[in-house]
Amino acid sequence: MNAPHSNAPQMRTAASRVRGLGAARAGTMDFWHQRVTAVAGIVLTIALIVIALSLLGRSHAAVVQILGSPLVAIIMLLFIFNSAYHMWIGMQEIILDYVHADKYKFLSLMANTFYAIAVGLACAFAILKLSFGV
Amino acid sequence: MAELEAGTATAPRRSRPLSPHLQTYRLTLTMLMSIVHRITGSALYFGMLLLAWWLIAAAAGPNAYANFEWFVGSWIGRLVLFGYTWALLHHMLGGIRHLIWDTLHGLEPADREMLTLATVIGSVALTLVVWVIGYLAMGGPR
Repeated sequence: MNAPHSNAPQMRTAASRVRGLGAARAGTMDFWHQRVTAVAGIVLTIALIVIALSLLGRSHAAVVQILGSPLVAIIMLLFIFNSAYHMWIGMQEIILDYVHADKYKFLSLMANTFYAIAVGLACAFAILKLSFGV
Repeated sequence: MAELEAGTATAPRRSRPLSPHLQTYRLTLTMLMSIVHRITGSALYFGMLLLAWWLIAAAAGPNAYANFEWFVGSWIGRLVLFGYTWALLHHMLGGIRHLIWDTLHGLEPADREMLTLATVIGSVALTLVVWVIGYLAMGGPR
């Protein structure tokens, strides 16, 4: 048998060492998570539109009070995290479909991750600040 | 000799299923809405910046919020917000259509075109309904 952890120089290829071990069982994870976040997104999008409509024309103080109230803040946080994850998977799929040069592919995949986390965290922080004051 | 060369140069050709290639298939509404689903998804991806601006402005204070209100009150802001509303609703309805297809329903040619047409009409209608409600809530266009 091959010994993947020995210090001896490896002659076997990476593919030959994993052949026969079976799938990593993560192949359809993005596909499935995109469906889960899509179903959640239907409910949360309708909720976001209702919240946005109810805030139209209101003063800053009223908007702060409503966005920071527990039920609205929780729905907004769910929308933010659900959307950030959904759009991260979606943009990754687009990049993998259209960007083939390794350098640009990995750079854009990284940028996608940074953007999704940054915009999600920024939105979530704003909601938390509205909720807890300061 | 010619046969031998052909045999060694190229593997025997088998007819393979083709992806929706534009030179093979005429453009159908289903194909068009396939790419529109990606385009609206990408628009919403960057549209999250608008949501972030709104929430951060609200959290930052009255002056920052006034700047945001000024932007969404301008004609370009209204246009962006209208486009965002349509993209959001179209992507949602397109997503529902994809979830229906995931259950193996509505995949026959007539059914899938009908479903796709429903997402186009539905997204435009819903967008107009949301904006009418919005203007009514604000007491008429400003």
